[in-house]
Amino acid sequence: MPVVATNGRSPYGGETIFGNVMLTRTVVAVAALALTTLAGCGSSSDATASSGAPAAGSTSTSASSAAPAAALTVRDPWVKAADSGMTAAFATLVNNTGADVTVEAATSPASPMELHTMTMKDGAMVMEPKEGGFVIKAGGSHELSPGGDHLMLMKPSAPIKAGDELSFTLKLTGGGTVDFTAVAKPFAGAQESYAPGHS
Amino acid sequence: MAGLGTAAAAGYLAAAPAATPSVAAVPVADFQDIGTGIIPFHGERQSGITDEPPAHGSFVALTLAKGTDRAALGRMMRLLTDDAVRLTRGEPALGDTDAELARHPARLTVTFGFGPGLYRAAGLESPVADLPVFSIDRLQDRWSGGDLVMQICADDALTVTHTQRMLIKDARPFGAVRWVQRGFRRSAGVHKAGFTQRNVFGQLDGTANPKDAEMAAAVWNADHSTQLVVRRVRTDIETWDLLSVGDKENSTGRRMESGAPLTGEAEHDEPDFERTDSTGLPVMPNFSHVTRAHVTDPKLKILRRPFNYDEAPDAQGRPDSGLVFASYQADIVRQYLPIQRRLAEKDLLNEWTTPIGSAVFAVPPGCAEGGWIGERVLA
Ligand code: HEM
Ligand SMILES: [Cu+2]
Repeated sequence: MPVVATNGRSPYGGETIFGNVMLTRTVVAVAALALTTLAGCGSSSDATASSGAPAAGSTSTSASSAAPAAALTVRDPWVKAADSGMTAAFATLVNNTGADVTVEAATSPASPMELHTMTMKDGAMVMEPKEGGFVIKAGGSHELSPGGDHLMLMKPSAPIKAGDELSFTLKLTGGGTVDFTAVAKPFAGAQESYAPGHS
Repeated sequence: MAGLGTAAAAGYLAAAPAATPSVAAVPVADFQDIGTGIIPFHGERQSGITDEPPAHGSFVALTLAKGTDRAALGRMMRLLTDDAVRLTRGEPALGDTDAELARHPARLTVTFGFGPGLYRAAGLESPVADLPVFSIDRLQDRWSGGDLVMQICADDALTVTHTQRMLIKDARPFGAVRWVQRGFRRSAGVHKAGFTQRNVFGQLDGTANPKDAEMAAAVWNADHSTQLVVRRVRTDIETWDLLSVGDKENSTGRRMESGAPLTGEAEHDEPDFERTDSTGLPVMPNFSHVTRAHVTDPKLKILRRPFNYDEAPDAQGRPDSGLVFASYQADIVRQYLPIQRRLAEKDLLNEWTTPIGSAVFAVPPGCAEGGWIGERVLA
């Protein structure tokens, strides 16, 4: 699997929503830009993707090498802070390739994880495991957001405090993985949309 | 008068049936894009200090929650910096529930300052200490102190509102809102850039601010930090209104219309404190605000960046107005204190002004992309 690391300009990096739209248009540009940014910043506290293949240091990969362009970029990841109980992680998943990419599973040292989606049941939106995972269309992007698809932290082992940084790994069909770090934010929006399923 | 009124009315009536009004419409200025203006957040120095103040400003002070230690402060400042980075670029913050409100930065700046209490919480020595109480002070707790301040400025009030909401939401796990002071200056497009604004007294306010080369000496320390004083100063406009223009000018030492010193013709003429009139009295009154506040050494000057405030008048129609007086200086003790001491001791303007709030903050250096404000203090 290809490798990319992104680092934006905020403490957590991440490009913009505008950026996403723009970037997904040109695969090569995406990889090039991501790498340039990383080189400029030197550290990657945010979304980093690593390959299931031989440990490819993200900085050492370049768009012009034999390696294919990055498969999946995780933009603007964050987690809803929670003193107790389950919570969720969100991000924009950007597919930089010409083929569909499927996220099959997610893992985190912080909690057992499930991939969730929202569905209408008895007149209410509830969440449930996403059958077949999240499919990100070739050259497309997939929004994980409150009230929509999300990465569920089923049973965090410790309170997740505002400003904590949590690491996650996405498992892709075909064996690749994508690592990223997400910051915890206090958040109270879109609660009713997914709370009922678990209350 | 009656004749004029009738004539005007007749003219209006005569024109009324026509499709177009008789009164020449005031031409609407061409659309001037103010919404997309961006002031870069990143840099060695924080923004929102020496850049031209925009039309709207909000100062939000927090009291840290008990147990907010150095590590928690680091988490807080990373979160708040991240919000500021995104919002000043015109992009929604992470988890922004009103993303549409982020799309017009309108020269948005967010500037962070650390009060003495923040250093205490972090177990560090504070570079700033509360001002002593001056005889003129009538300070209220509700406008004083604060462990963290966020100065939010933009040319659009809704942008300030959204930014303030987002920052407060993310700061909430770490502290409580202590006070919020909102103020305004002339809107963008009212004057050319570089104009001197008028305050709620009608005075040109900002004329003698440090400029160009003086600015660095007055504002910045070698490490790119600075210090901020926020004073809420109520203006008694009811009694100010009773003054003749001449009396207003004497209290200030400058002309109301032009802002010129009483010894000069133009706004930026240097005041001549030696000149006397035919009776032998100094033309710049000894106790005028400018005479008392004047300093020439750039290292002793302060950069005033005040915003007017104007809350609802009381039942008798008496205004609740004044200045959210904000000044930046490299060192409060060296620069601000001597000026404030002189003004507290004697300043004709004191008759119509009352300090009702006071707070001091150390303003840490800016940060590079990927960094966060306060990293060199708290990391
Ligand atoms: C409601 C409160 C205040 C009002 C209405 C006010 C108004 C003015 C005006 C009209 C001027 C002349 C024009 C200019 O240079 O900007 C001025 C100058 C000045 N004021 Fe104030 N002021 C207030 C409070 C303060 C405070 C609290 C301080 C600092 C302790 C201060 C320090 C200064 C200084 C340093 C100057 C420049 C003097 C010079 O070198 O010419 N003012 N102020
Ligand atoms: Cu869920």
